[in-house]
Amino acid sequence: MTDALAGKASDPRAVLNATADHSEGMSYLQTLPRRLVSLYLPLSIILLILLFPFYWMALTSIKPDNQLLDMERVNPFWTTAPTLKHFYNLLFQTNYPRWLWNTMFVAVGATVLSIIASVLAAYAIVRLRYRGAAWVGGAIFLAYLVPPSILFIPLSMVVFQYGLFDSPFALILTYPTILIPFSTWLLMGYFKTIPFELEECALIDGASRWQILTKIVLPLAVPGLISAFIFCFTLCWNEFIYALTFLSTTSQKTVPVAIVNEFVDGDIYRWGSLMAGALAGSLPLVILYAFFVEHYVSAMTGAVKE
Amino acid sequence: MAEIAYGRVGPKQAIGASTAWNRLKVNHNWLGAWFMLPAAAFLILFLAYPLGLGVWLSFTDTKIGRSGVFIGTENYEWLWDDSVFWLSVFNTLLYTIVASAIKFAVGLYLALLLNETLPFKAILRAVVLIPFIVPTVLSAIAFWWIYDSQFSIVSWTLRHLGLIASNIDFLGDTWNARWSVIFANIWRGVPFVAITLLAGLQTVSPSLYEAATIDGASAWQRFRYITYPLLTPIIAVVMTFSVLFTFTDFQLIWVLTRGGPVNATHLMATLSYQRAIIAGQLGEGAAISTAMIPFLLAAILISWFGLQRRKWQQGESND
Repeated sequence: MTDALAGKASDPRAVLNATADHSEGMSYLQTLPRRLVSLYLPLSIILLILLFPFYWMALTSIKPDNQLLDMERVNPFWTTAPTLKHFYNLLFQTNYPRWLWNTMFVAVGATVLSIIASVLAAYAIVRLRYRGAAWVGGAIFLAYLVPPSILFIPLSMVVFQYGLFDSPFALILTYPTILIPFSTWLLMGYFKTIPFELEECALIDGASRWQILTKIVLPLAVPGLISAFIFCFTLCWNEFIYALTFLSTTSQKTVPVAIVNEFVDGDIYRWGSLMAGALAGSLPLVILYAFFVEHYVSAMTGAVKE
Repeated sequence: MAEIAYGRVGPKQAIGASTAWNRLKVNHNWLGAWFMLPAAAFLILFLAYPLGLGVWLSFTDTKIGRSGVFIGTENYEWLWDDSVFWLSVFNTLLYTIVASAIKFAVGLYLALLLNETLPFKAILRAVVLIPFIVPTVLSAIAFWWIYDSQFSIVSWTLRHLGLIASNIDFLGDTWNARWSVIFANIWRGVPFVAITLLAGLQTVSPSLYEAATIDGASAWQRFRYITYPLLTPIIAVVMTFSVLFTFTDFQLIWVLTRGGPVNATHLMATLSYQRAIIAGQLGEGAAISTAMIPFLLAAILISWFGLQRRKWQQGESND
């Protein structure tokens, strides 16, 4: 299935064709009223619930303050006087741009480090087949299952001992423990799909293992690399507990931590800027996701299935 | 055959053995070790070592800024008599069991719906996954606003529909708070379950359903005797992950309630943060974290056997 998804991901048209393939199916057996009740109705209810918080977030972020709290005279589901005041406050009166930059820096740094380490590890496990490779593969899968919530206490001591406390490098170096197991496992699946014969040819032609990796395997595994990159990036952006524990200076914080700690000041009008902050923090990911949906889905399903 | 093979290998080895360096360069184990080095360094320094350190800390009285001494199982004895700890265990189990069960049911249902022939299917699938993309903390903040005691939109709607007389205190009442955080967790988890199960559903051949329909199978029978058995292996894995992440959840609770009201929504993860980082009792916090490990092991074992079974079904060897 990962192979199929990988193939799909590499060629967007294949996806369209695949969906078109099933367009006939057995659906003609169902009448339209029946489909309305059994399919479209529940689907729209679920979609409504899944998307409402985002609508509400977006609406709140552009509502003027007086309409935010006055729910009797103005219909709360709409706004007649949209304002960008909350975004303006966010950008020019808080450290928000700085927090966004921190988050970006940490996410890119940790992701790049993890992908490099994972490519090497996955290639070694799948293709070099050194003694104990299968055992190491299993151990990495187990590492995937160790959650940050049981590691943050000892890790905070480790971070302190290494002198990394309150620096972005504390996060850049600890996030890979979440990312490496996942992306190694994902890339192992991709590398397995690359024909062995290609590498044998290269070996006969005198290529070293390093040349094989950089000139044959990696170009063929680009969809897998993109998947791993997107998913790791999202995980970094989403990470909270390490960032909450290892950072203390306001200017060092990442977006999730900063929003939770810096905006909650007892001001009843905070909701507008809170929602604006949450929206602005989500947008980069949603945009990235919109461009790479297939890669993202294949990463998610691939990691679960491999 | 074996002799021929030996004969061939012999001279090649002789060439390769010309220098020790050449022999080392083609040695799989040696090369493998180098390739594994970066990943192993990360995982040992920042995962395996802290995991061990955490267990050790739970047997000491370490506090922030003061290294502790070994005190045996005192932390655990203390926790054993601590009603807040047991409340957090109860909350964690309730949270995990209820949220996972509903996530599975709704997720499977949504996956089945999305597997039907639909217009704009690709877009729908992409949209469904958005709650999973958006950082938990940020969507939790949206929920915080939705659950506000005075300005909740849910209360407003229900009040204007005439269903309730006064605003619901979502996060201020013990059981309301529990159900509210469980709902937020389900909201966030359903897309993951649905999309991964959908990927599994797409591998089921439509001809099986056609054959079953011709044989007169009802919709329920088609689900029960075709979909469900073929989906079991992936369900096992997805649900293990789901249970694992729900069990160790921290972000959602921390944003919505910080464990309140009166510890009613404290999970083991949030309680350990509270005790270790805020109160500074690292040893006690570590003991709470360590107490989560047996549950995690149970989940991992289930996952492991789920994977084994899948390989067996596909006719692969268990490597």
